Amino acid sequence: MRPIYLDHNATTPLRRAAADALAGAMAECGNASSVHWAGRRARARIDDARDAVAGLLGAQPADVVFTSGGTEANNLALRGSGGRPVIVSAIEHSSVLEARADADLCPVDSDGRVDLDALREALERTQAPALVSVMMANNETGVIQPIAAAAEICRQYGALLHCDAVQAAGKMAVDWRDLGADMVSLSAHKIGGPQGVGALIVGEKSGLKPLLTGGGQERGLRAGTENLPGIAGFGAAAEIAAGAGTEYTRLQVLRDRIEDTIAALGAGARFHGNGAARLGNTSCIGMPGVLAETQVMAFDLEGIMVSAGAACSSGKVRPSHVLGAMGVAEDQANQAVRVSLGWDSEATDADAFVAAWWQLFERLAATRASAA
Amino acid sequence: MMSGESRKRPVYLDNQATTPVDAAVLDAMLPFYNEKFGNPHSGTHYYGWEAREAVEMAREQVAAIIGAEPGEVYFTSGATESNNLAIKGIARMYRGRKDHMVSCVSEHMCVLDSLFNMEKEGSTVTYLEVGADGLIDLDALAEAITEATILVSIMTVQNEIGVIQPMHEIGALCRERGVFLHTDAAQAAAKMAIDVKAMNIDILSLTAHKYYGPMGIGALYVGRKPKVRLEPLFSGGGQENNIRSGTLPAPLCVGLGKASELGLAALAGEPARLGEMRDHLLGRLQVALPGIHINGSMAHRVAGNLNVSFEGIRAEDIMAAVPDLAISSGSACTSESDEASYVLRAIGLSNDLAESSLRFGLGRFTTPEDVDYAADRLIAEITRLRQQKQEAGIPARILDEVS
Repeated sequence: MRPIYLDHNATTPLRRAAADALAGAMAECGNASSVHWAGRRARARIDDARDAVAGLLGAQPADVVFTSGGTEANNLALRGSGGRPVIVSAIEHSSVLEARADADLCPVDSDGRVDLDALREALERTQAPALVSVMMANNETGVIQPIAAAAEICRQYGALLHCDAVQAAGKMAVDWRDLGADMVSLSAHKIGGPQGVGALIVGEKSGLKPLLTGGGQERGLRAGTENLPGIAGFGAAAEIAAGAGTEYTRLQVLRDRIEDTIAALGAGARFHGNGAARLGNTSCIGMPGVLAETQVMAFDLEGIMVSAGAACSSGKVRPSHVLGAMGVAEDQANQAVRVSLGWDSEATDADAFVAAWWQLFERLAATRASAA
Repeated sequence: MMSGESRKRPVYLDNQATTPVDAAVLDAMLPFYNEKFGNPHSGTHYYGWEAREAVEMAREQVAAIIGAEPGEVYFTSGATESNNLAIKGIARMYRGRKDHMVSCVSEHMCVLDSLFNMEKEGSTVTYLEVGADGLIDLDALAEAITEATILVSIMTVQNEIGVIQPMHEIGALCRERGVFLHTDAAQAAAKMAIDVKAMNIDILSLTAHKYYGPMGIGALYVGRKPKVRLEPLFSGGGQENNIRSGTLPAPLCVGLGKASELGLAALAGEPARLGEMRDHLLGRLQVALPGIHINGSMAHRVAGNLNVSFEGIRAEDIMAAVPDLAISSGSACTSESDEASYVLRAIGLSNDLAESSLRFGLGRFTTPEDVDYAADRLIAEITRLRQQKQEAGIPARILDEVS
């Protein structure tokens, strides 16, 4: 039986074109800082990838700073902004939440959208020009954040806006010019590229200070020999993602099919964040009375891979800070499982998940009934 | 093979800049790009476990190459990050208690830059000089360590001149004086035997792409006895025992692990083979060309490295004349700038000689034919360049001064 992978927000299988670009770069040897032919070839590959990654967001190639991934990009944006007071939304990824211990938390509404009035109040309170970080779309619920509106508010207060688009890129149209954000984080392995590479899109006048120094690569903002094969793979994946407009709707149809069918079963399932606009690939489903960990293990036995919350912190399952921030009661939050579709997901996968969901619910409901 | 004869494949002699990926390393990595693509932190399903298991196996392989325990090895994105994390992490962790560090003028730029940054944050740093052989003076080191010293950072092998520092002695001294020893072993790992316990190294940086592994992955060894505490550079996610957050790139970790396993096995014969070819290259150049200076100690040098100056000719002119060879005039990181190598200046070379120097990096896939071809081409072109200058009627030395 083919395993059914529905955990694309954790990581996505590598796209064929990305694998080819990566293998092509790996077959050659060259340090992009070397002046000889091997170095120049390496440099050319990186330049091509830089164009493609910039193209994904409509940014300038010169704005792309390659990093080792989304976590580093987020840390660079927040820690590299020096003394600015920092305000982050309460549902950010831990790499944003924990980047600055002194950060102010901005609450979200019950649908998981950042509270813009609260953001304005927080900016009102800060003494110096701030740095605000709001993600493009949440990794657990898929809820899309009002970035353009947040950017407008930030501008009024002279604040910089950083936007973690790690989950959003490749799953919705993102245009850097429309966003109005000053910095955007990306990760290759969430868009069908390889693990170990990401980028921070940052304009020239950011005033950003590097975390890694020595060597002067990436405009002096990120030292270290460029991960050439990784960057080449990232570029190829970005090129596909940039042209993946129809893919968004295809996945949304599948996701809605999962939710509609489960809702029709009358089991009282909850779909967290479905009152807001969401990424088409993500569903956060609460199964009444069944712990997420139990569900995940049961699905795994059926060959279906989903997750309980985010896939960080070495497998620890903790109550979701995202659902907590939305005001979801703890017992309900503990019943929520994340289903995330990707480029290799098919209708049969969606149907298999729904069938397994119902089977599990019935079985455990029956157990509960007999125990009662 | 005679000079000028063109070859289909140019000869790569820049293995200190980066190395080709070993086919066995690539084979080990590929499944993790394809069917085994899981996030090693997905603790709840099979793909995650499979990736996790492979990452832990890689950790053991990396530990073995430096004599460490697997639990003391943390994955990073490469040597630059490892060096930044070691130096900034320790300086910041002990800030206000012990603010002095000791290093050396010929360290890699990312070590020096990290130290410069820490000076801005309140550290004081003593930069030891090196002799003409490229080695530090152990007495000077002993003198530099004070009550306020928290860290000594000395690279095991220099990236331009390949000189090996006396790590055993340095380690013994640091242990005796109760200070941590960090070493940038990017050019040393898998090129020579390293035993962090015997050498009393507390923290060590290495990177895969310098020993036939992939780019974008490295490691930091952080010893437990004595326990080294570090402030992380990145946070969020809490991976790698909170020392280094971020999704572990499973294929890259596997590549580093496999490269380490191969490197450990290769230590038995590879250094001797590279040393022989390197000596052959030097011998041929010395016999055919007058005015050659060897930069740094030959006795204390990693096997694949040679660094020589060719009197009267600028390195960039030589490189332009041999586009069929990939060689460099300094480290890759600084090769785009016009300044003479600070490493060569530190061992006492004049600006002229420093700008006349070439680094040859031999590696696992270098053949005796490559070396002879390179020697043929260099001898022919350098002879021709020198003749041109003579025909112009200007002594090479003067030409250099006016240019």
